[in-house]
Amino acid sequence: MTAIDLGIPGLSGVPTTDEKQTAKDYKSDQEVRWCPGCGDYVVLNAVQSFLPSLGLKRENIVFVSGIGCSSRFPYYMNTYGMHSIHGRAPAIATGLAVSRPDLSVWVVTGDGDALSIGGNHLIHTLRRNVNLKILLFNNRIYGLTKGQYSPTSEEGKVTKSTPAGSLDHPFNPVSLALGAEASFVGRAIDSDRAGLTSVLRQAAEHRGSALVEIYQNCPIFNDGAFDVLKDADEAQRRIINVVDGEPIRFGREGEYCVIREGFGLAVAKSADVDASDIVIHDASDLNLSFALSRLSTQDLTHTVTGVFRRADRPTYDDSARAQVSEAKAAKAADLSKLLHGKDTWTVVG
Amino acid sequence: MSTETRKLDRVVIRFAGDSGDGMQLTGDRFTSEAAAFGNDLATQPNFPAEIRAPQGTLPGVSSFQLHFADYDILTPGDRPDVLVAMNPAALKANVVDLPDGGILIVNTDEFTKRNLTKVGYDSNPLEDESLAKFQVHKVAMATLTIGALEETGLGKKDAERAKNMFALGLLSWMYHRPTEGTERFLREKFAKKPDIAEANVLAFRAGWNYGETTEAFAVTYEVAPAKLNVGTYRQITGNTATAYGIVAAAQRSKLPVVLGTYPITPASDILHELSKHKNFDITTVQAEDEIAGIGIALGASYGGALGVTSTSGPGIALKSETIGLAVMTELPLLVIDVQRGGPSTGLPTKTEQADLLQAMFGRNGESPVPIVAPQSPSDCFDAVLDAARIALKYRTPVLFLSDGAVANGSEPWLIPDVDSLPDLTVEFATDPETFQPYARDPETLARPWAVPGTPGLQHRIGGLEKQDVTGNISYDPENHDRMVRLRQAKIDGIEVPDVVVDDPSGEAKVLVVGWGSSYGPIGAAARRVRKLGLPVAHAHLRHLNPFPKNLGEVLRKYDKVIVPEMNLGQLALLLRAKYLVDAVSYTKVQGLPFKAEELQNVLADVIKGVSA
Repeated sequence: MTAIDLGIPGLSGVPTTDEKQTAKDYKSDQEVRWCPGCGDYVVLNAVQSFLPSLGLKRENIVFVSGIGCSSRFPYYMNTYGMHSIHGRAPAIATGLAVSRPDLSVWVVTGDGDALSIGGNHLIHTLRRNVNLKILLFNNRIYGLTKGQYSPTSEEGKVTKSTPAGSLDHPFNPVSLALGAEASFVGRAIDSDRAGLTSVLRQAAEHRGSALVEIYQNCPIFNDGAFDVLKDADEAQRRIINVVDGEPIRFGREGEYCVIREGFGLAVAKSADVDASDIVIHDASDLNLSFALSRLSTQDLTHTVTGVFRRADRPTYDDSARAQVSEAKAAKAADLSKLLHGKDTWTVVG
Repeated sequence: MSTETRKLDRVVIRFAGDSGDGMQLTGDRFTSEAAAFGNDLATQPNFPAEIRAPQGTLPGVSSFQLHFADYDILTPGDRPDVLVAMNPAALKANVVDLPDGGILIVNTDEFTKRNLTKVGYDSNPLEDESLAKFQVHKVAMATLTIGALEETGLGKKDAERAKNMFALGLLSWMYHRPTEGTERFLREKFAKKPDIAEANVLAFRAGWNYGETTEAFAVTYEVAPAKLNVGTYRQITGNTATAYGIVAAAQRSKLPVVLGTYPITPASDILHELSKHKNFDITTVQAEDEIAGIGIALGASYGGALGVTSTSGPGIALKSETIGLAVMTELPLLVIDVQRGGPSTGLPTKTEQADLLQAMFGRNGESPVPIVAPQSPSDCFDAVLDAARIALKYRTPVLFLSDGAVANGSEPWLIPDVDSLPDLTVEFATDPETFQPYARDPETLARPWAVPGTPGLQHRIGGLEKQDVTGNISYDPENHDRMVRLRQAKIDGIEVPDVVVDDPSGEAKVLVVGWGSSYGPIGAAARRVRKLGLPVAHAHLRHLNPFPKNLGEVLRKYDKVIVPEMNLGQLALLLRAKYLVDAVSYTKVQGLPFKAEELQNVLADVIKGVSA
């Protein structure tokens, strides 16, 4: 296997190709079977369109998923793929990433898969910083089991399993990931192709665990969950897209901004504050990233998108391989010597 | 006065003390001395689940039993000939096992009123008649140790801690054991604390000299070296042998190994051992839980490594779903279950073989998995290599059913020539022209192992039912039926060696069938009843799924089949169901291995019943 260094940390070790690729090359021969109008189609198209630009050998890309609607994703990608079991994709992908530095490994998961049954694996993968790209499709509902509330559903959600309203307080997936000290956390909206592609690209380039939360509409069981973000006027008032190193302003003319308040952040009108009070995004600052994540409320009054955090720290898989390489360099693999150990005795005939 | 030396063919010694007294280390060292001397031996540690139960209490007693002999032995011994008791709790917990006339060596320093009351002794057994039927040696081990270390300047408390080495020194003298190994070992173990090393060596020598110079012990004993097969030996525990078997599997398959695991008694030592051998291309991942452990192993197997996970029964319960995924995706995976007492948390440090049916059937759907069980500590090496062979050749998860007794027990091991180990080389799929994810090798029914990174073989696998050959998702009823049968046929068709029947006279009418760690006690019991003139045949199963092809024929040859198990009859159930033979169960679930004596009585009764 030839490993060509692309100069992209997240993909170093993964072989590249000069062959021109198109989105079509990434479509498998399997018929896509999501419901008509499902946000998953949009994400699938975005991923299939964006991957060719990485120039990787297709056979060195692997998609691993758990269970749920979004977890059907690997079947539709003409790459290697495993549709595994509920919640366990990060663990399986970790085993693959640890043993195979020449692969670009992606995890596709949903709010139930990643945050409910698989919550433990998600937080531990993030804290270990395994070089995996995790796409969390958040539609705030259980789709495949036909419409029960999920760990990201709002309190009081009336569903088949909660006719009197759900009692659980929802997770904010970005806050959760940052709490686990994920080295890369981003958020995008299914309908925003450019924004989604930008976050995906940055995730791919990042070496380490990258969690990308994608707001995704379920037209059958939770239709319109994100509609307020898709209305052009509303979106202007609600979506705060952050860019590393730039002042955080939003609105049609940048009339809104983010300022410090107490231990956290708040939204203000740009006209009401001194320009120097507008917070400049620093994706390497964990506290700032976390404070930004708290600006996103469940009711979508405000939603922060873009890359919250991007920080360099050693990845688990690189470090694990380094330990193996160092051990190999230090000591020959002499099985006979190992089996003999220190204390032997010999019986002669 | 010169001491008399008596020759013995075998001795069983049990060291017992508080769990902080270093009894495991003491036993281990005596074992190494016996091994270095050339005896055959078998050991059995027994310790509480608590790391440090309250000092001096019955739950805190830890013991180590060692059986050594001038001939080949099969078990750690039913009862000790010699009991070393470091405190009243150790005496109380173990003296019931000491036969009349047995040697009892007691550390008198701990027999204070307070300690005696703690374990419910109303009067001091060293001063009343309750121990009259034993040969009691009262030795103030702590006092003597502190005295011997006076000049080292070591504090009293530290000095007192070396009393286990005093006991070891005394026993080493009594049994004419070589001492150089222990002194070398102590200096290496405490290399960073030379004063502690020296203190332990001094205490060890003080124990030896105490035997040599006082007249307290009139007799010493010699156990000559055993006539073992020619070759180089070492002492090995089951968990170490399992770890070494996995290293050997990596070498013989030329594959990297990824162990994904979560600490659990009594399996953790496999992780500890393998984590030391990264130079053999072994990666160990201590995962966040049991499920992640096996997930990581399976992910690694998908990538072309040999994925391994190690656990005990409770962990298998958690891993079941992923084992099912490995059945469906038909990937190699080695699942090590070091069984312990159950159900639930059960008896973490005790042994049992009650996970057989869990291994066999503990998954949803028709989910057949091969099962391999080692019969002794050293046998773990060969057995786990064979489990790896099956996993790699047939692309299947394999359950390896070790247990607490073989895992922590030890015995001499004739170290194999590494070139003689089986070749486990695998071939990955590479040809895009002929590749189909679920096409099968006509001989083994294994599907191709096509690892990511192979050009032109991009495909998708998963837990949903597969269409035969193509591997695409399929809900077709006929196809599901076919695939269920194919997966079963693949496991049923695994090549395993015929079971060998041990029946020296060839006249046995009774067959005793066992599996796993009961090999020793069953084998020893069979020898004993044969000495009594009662023929018996013994068949021991390493392969529990599939069974050896000749097993049905073997079972039907005998008038009576008896199956001793440390469960409520799980193998017996399988044998009865599969072969329609009237296999009779003999069961015990006390967290301890069978005693040869009890099985001897059971077998003798059955044999007499058949002849009558």
